[in-house]
Amino acid sequence: MSKSTKVIIDPISRIEGHLKIEAEVEGGRCATAHSTGTLFRGIELILRGRDPRDATQITQRICGVCPIGHAMASARCLDDAYGVKPPHNGRVIRNLIQGANYIQSHVLHFYHLAALDYVKGPDVPPFTPRYEGKDFYRLPAAVNAAAVGQYLEALDVRNKAQQMLAIFGGKMPHAQAIVVGGTTQIPMADDIVEFLWRLREIQAFINNTYLPTVYAVAKAYPDYLAIGTGCKNLISYGCFELDDKGTMLMPGGVWTDGKQHKLDPSKITESVTYSWYADSTTGRHPSHGETKPDPRKAKGYSFLKAPRYDGKVHEVGPMARVWIANPVLSKNANAFLGVSEKKDLRFRDLGDAAFSVMGRHAARAEECAIVAAAMEQWVMSLKPGEPTCVPAPTPKKAMGMGLWEAPRGSLGHWISIEDSKIANYQAIVPTTWNCGPRDDGGHPGPVEQALAGCPVSDPANPIELTRVVRAFDPCLACAVHVVEPKE
Amino acid sequence: MALSRRDFLKLCGGSAAALGLSQTFVPEIAHALEKAAAGQPPVIWLAGSACTGCSVSLLNTVHPDIKDVLLKIISLRYHQTVMAASGDLALEAIERTYRDAPGKYLLLVEGAIATGADGLYNTLGEKNGKPITMLDWTRKLAGKAAAAVSVGTCAAFGGIPAASPNPTGAKPVSAIFSEAKIKTPLINVPGCPPHPDWMVGTLAHVLLYGVPKVDALGRPVLFFGETIHDNCPYRGYFDEGKFAKKWGDEGCRFELGCKGPETHADCWKRQWNNGVNWCVRNAVCTGCVEPTYPAPQYEPIG
Repeated sequence: MSKSTKVIIDPISRIEGHLKIEAEVEGGRCATAHSTGTLFRGIELILRGRDPRDATQITQRICGVCPIGHAMASARCLDDAYGVKPPHNGRVIRNLIQGANYIQSHVLHFYHLAALDYVKGPDVPPFTPRYEGKDFYRLPAAVNAAAVGQYLEALDVRNKAQQMLAIFGGKMPHAQAIVVGGTTQIPMADDIVEFLWRLREIQAFINNTYLPTVYAVAKAYPDYLAIGTGCKNLISYGCFELDDKGTMLMPGGVWTDGKQHKLDPSKITESVTYSWYADSTTGRHPSHGETKPDPRKAKGYSFLKAPRYDGKVHEVGPMARVWIANPVLSKNANAFLGVSEKKDLRFRDLGDAAFSVMGRHAARAEECAIVAAAMEQWVMSLKPGEPTCVPAPTPKKAMGMGLWEAPRGSLGHWISIEDSKIANYQAIVPTTWNCGPRDDGGHPGPVEQALAGCPVSDPANPIELTRVVRAFDPCLACAVHVVEPKE
Repeated sequence: MALSRRDFLKLCGGSAAALGLSQTFVPEIAHALEKAAAGQPPVIWLAGSACTGCSVSLLNTVHPDIKDVLLKIISLRYHQTVMAASGDLALEAIERTYRDAPGKYLLLVEGAIATGADGLYNTLGEKNGKPITMLDWTRKLAGKAAAAVSVGTCAAFGGIPAASPNPTGAKPVSAIFSEAKIKTPLINVPGCPPHPDWMVGTLAHVLLYGVPKVDALGRPVLFFGETIHDNCPYRGYFDEGKFAKKWGDEGCRFELGCKGPETHADCWKRQWNNGVNWCVRNAVCTGCVEPTYPAPQYEPIG
C-alpha cells in the first residue's frame, strides 16, 4: 500500500464564493475527493411571504457574477405562474441582457479566474503568492507575456459587456429590467446603436483573442485533454428563446450513459445524507422539498445538497450545453486538431477529449462566440418604441416553474403562490449539480468524480486539483440555498 | 500609510495604455510594478455572507480603471475571487499582512457576518481541524486595521441575508465592531451593489485626506448626502402629478414603487456602468443603499 496524504484546499480562490476541497493523494494521484460548500444564507426562506414580483430582484442577489440567470429563471417561473408571455421586444431584450452576461461571465472566468493556473502573472499581489513547481507555468515566455497583457485587456472587455447589458438592463450587477411579463425599458434607436457598437468590439476580442488563446493554452497543456473526465452524464435545460414556441438557441436535453434523451424535470431529486441538513428530508423532488439546516450533523460535509437526474450523477455547464447542441466549431478547432479548414468540425468530434479540463474551457469559449454572433441578429430585430411587457396582475393562488441556463449551467426556480404572496420558493442551481457532495447511494458528485485520478505532483502545491475544479467555474453563493416545506 | 497627494495623482495619471492595452506586457513594466507595489497600502478584502456583486461592481470602475486600482493604487493582499493563491497559501497572505503591517492595512468587508450556530454558516479555512468562521476573522483583523470599510448593503446594514426571518443570524459589520468594542474607524459604503465610484472614491479619500465626513448611518456625505427624489430628472412629472402606471409610460415612477424619495444616493447624477443608464430611467429605484432594503420592490411608498 502506498502512503496516502490528505490535501485540504480551503479556500479555493478565483471562484465565486466559499468552497473547500479535501483530497486523498496516493502514489502521486488523487484517490478520492470531497467537495464542501462553506457558506449558507437561506435566500428562499427570506422570499417567503413577499410579493411574488420581488423574486426577480431578490433572487439576483443569490449571485453577483451571474445575477441575470436568476432574474431570467425567476421571471420565467413567474410568467408560468401568472400565465403570461412577453412580447417580441421583451423576449429579445431578455436574450440580449442574458447574452451580455454570458459574455462577461465567460471572459471573466477564463482570464481572471482560471488563467492564473497556466499563466504566470507579475510578481506583485494579487498575482503573488502562487503555487510554484516544475512545469507549472509552461507557456513560452512570449505567449505568457501576451496572455498577461490579455488578462488586463479582458478587464476592459468584461467591463464593456457590463455597460452593454446596462443599456437595456438599467445597471449591472443586479439589473432592474427583467420583470414578470417582459422587460421594463422601451428600446430606442440610440440604445440599439450603442449596444451594437459595443457588441462588435467585444466580438472582435472573442474571435481574435479569446478563442485562439484558449486553444493555445490547450496546446501547451495537452495532458489536460485527459484530466478531469467526470461523470460523462450531462444536462441542459435550454437557453435563449428564439420564438413564442420555446425554440432555444442552446437547446435543452439530457445525455445519460452515452445517449441523448428529452428533458423530464419530474426526474430531478435532491439527496442530503452527506449534507448539513436533516436526514428525514432526503430524496425529494424540489417542488416537495424540505430543508432543515443542521451544521453540526456528523455525516454531513457540505451546505450543498446532491441533486440527481433519474437517480444519476449529471454535470451541467457550457460543456454540457455545447455537447447537447453540438454546433459547428470555430476554425481554431480545426487548426488545433490539424483538420482542414474546409471541413466543419462539431463539438462531439472532440470525442472523449471534450470531457476534460480543456474541453470545458474550449466549450465555454466556443459558446461565447456563438452567443455573441446571435446577439447581433437579435439586437437588429428590436422594434424601436414598441412595448416590451404585457400586463401581469398577481394571481391569488398559482404554481410556476422556470427552467433556464445560467452561464455556469442549468438553473431551475419553482414557486408556489398563496393569497398573492410567495408561499414557497426553491432554486436548484448549476454549482449544486456540479460541486454537490455524495448522494444517498454514496456516489460522488461531478467535481468529486473529475478529481479522482488527477495527478498531484506536490501535495503542498496542488495546482492540478485547482485546475480541475476551476474548469467547472463554480459559483458557491448560488449553490447553497434553503428549501422550505409547504405547510 | 497615507500617500502624498502628488504621489496619488502621479499614480492615477500614469500611462494606462502602456500598461494594459498593448498585447505585450514587457518585463520592464512588470519590474517597475513590483517596485511600486512595495509602497502601496496593503488591503485585505474579506467576503462573508455575500454574492460577490460588490467585487464585480468594483471591477466596473472606469476612472481610475481596475487595472490602475489593482496595480498602482493598492496592494491587494487577499481577495478570494481575484488572488492567484488558494488554500493555506492564501490564508498565509492574510496572516503575513496582519503580522507585518499592523495599523497599516485597510480591511474591506463584503457581505454580512453570520453569527448563528457560532458562526458555522460561513467558514474560511481551518486551524487544528476546526473551521475558522468569518466572525472569527472579522474580529481578529478589525482590531489592527488602520481603517475598515463595510462594502455594500449586506456589510453596512445586514441587507438581504439579514432580511426577515434572518435564518443565519446575519449582522452588519458595525454590530460585530460594537460587540467586540473595536475602535477602528469604520465607514459604510452601502448599495446593492455600491457604485464603483463610491468604493474607489472612499478609498481615495481615506488615502489622501483621511476618513471622510459621514452621515448618521456612517455613509460618506460626499456620495449619500441627498435623496434621489430631490434631484431626479423625473421630479417635474411628480410635481405636476403625472405618474407612470405601467412599464414604459412617461411620468414619475412613484406609483410603480420607486423608492427615490427615501433613498440617499447620487445615482441621479453619476449614472451607472460608465454612465450608460440608471435604475430610475430603466424602471424604479429600489432603495438599495438604505437599512430598510429589501423593502417591497414594486409597492408605492405608503
